Amino acid sequence: MPLIDLANPHRFQRLAAVLIPLFGALAAALIGIGLVMGFRAPPDYQQGEMVKVMYIHVPFAWLSLAAYTLMAIAALGTIVWRHPLADVAGKAAAQVGAAFCFLCLVTGSLWGRPTWGTYWVWDPRLTSVLVLFLLYLGVLSLWRAFDDPNRAGRAAAILALVGFINVPIVKFSVDWWNSIHQPASVSRFGTPTIDPSMLYPLLISAAGFFALFAALHLAAMRNELLRRRARTLRILKAAEVEA
Amino acid sequence: MNFFANLGPHANFILAAYGVTALTLGALIVWVSLDYRAQRKIIRDLESRKSKP
Repeated sequence: MPLIDLANPHRFQRLAAVLIPLFGALAAALIGIGLVMGFRAPPDYQQGEMVKVMYIHVPFAWLSLAAYTLMAIAALGTIVWRHPLADVAGKAAAQVGAAFCFLCLVTGSLWGRPTWGTYWVWDPRLTSVLVLFLLYLGVLSLWRAFDDPNRAGRAAAILALVGFINVPIVKFSVDWWNSIHQPASVSRFGTPTIDPSMLYPLLISAAGFFALFAALHLAAMRNELLRRRARTLRILKAAEVEA
Repeated sequence: MNFFANLGPHANFILAAYGVTALTLGALIVWVSLDYRAQRKIIRDLESRKSKP
């Protein structure tokens, strides 16, 4: 199906009605299996049981970057191609991505206290993720700052695109600067450095959280389309009254 | 009890991380669901008003 066909709200609603429960069920199953496997896995030789935070913190970190990348692609769709569904996808990605980025920061902080001896340090990785969270909040604020969704979408898209420069900074901050944060262990060139007993639960729970993101993103897009339809109906109603 | 003991000396941090996750994701799911219902209700109301002569 061509992407432009999904711009038809009725077609999108029909597809979303099938995909949202499907991704939701997949998410519940995979997160459940991943976390049970993770809690049964042996403790890490250095971090002990604290490694159990990895099964949620790492997927949230990946999703924070993935959601921002999706938002930047949608921003391109808004500015360059003016695809009618692009800013709807961008706004939904900002809403759900901000929540995952918040969880990345909080779970990382709770992991850091026993491991590093502090909840927070102005380290390149931590600071760049905080900047990412602030960018999400900035995009969401712009969406609320304008009554006209087209103007809001254009302004939010510009900020999303400019802010995308932060995504590679987050990813490579641990390589470019001295960081207290550990370097990439899974998504690195060569083989992962994590033992399979911890790697598989991590990958399964990550797949589950990605499925949850997909379900929530589609649901938020569906809501936004309904909000726009309501806005159009209100304008038509007001025009009828004036006539 | 045994479960908590197995989480080691930093069990509180592990449980807090999972607790915040459950609360945040639960709130997000509830917010998206309530927003869906609210938007559908607004559209139903507007459409019913529109159909009146």
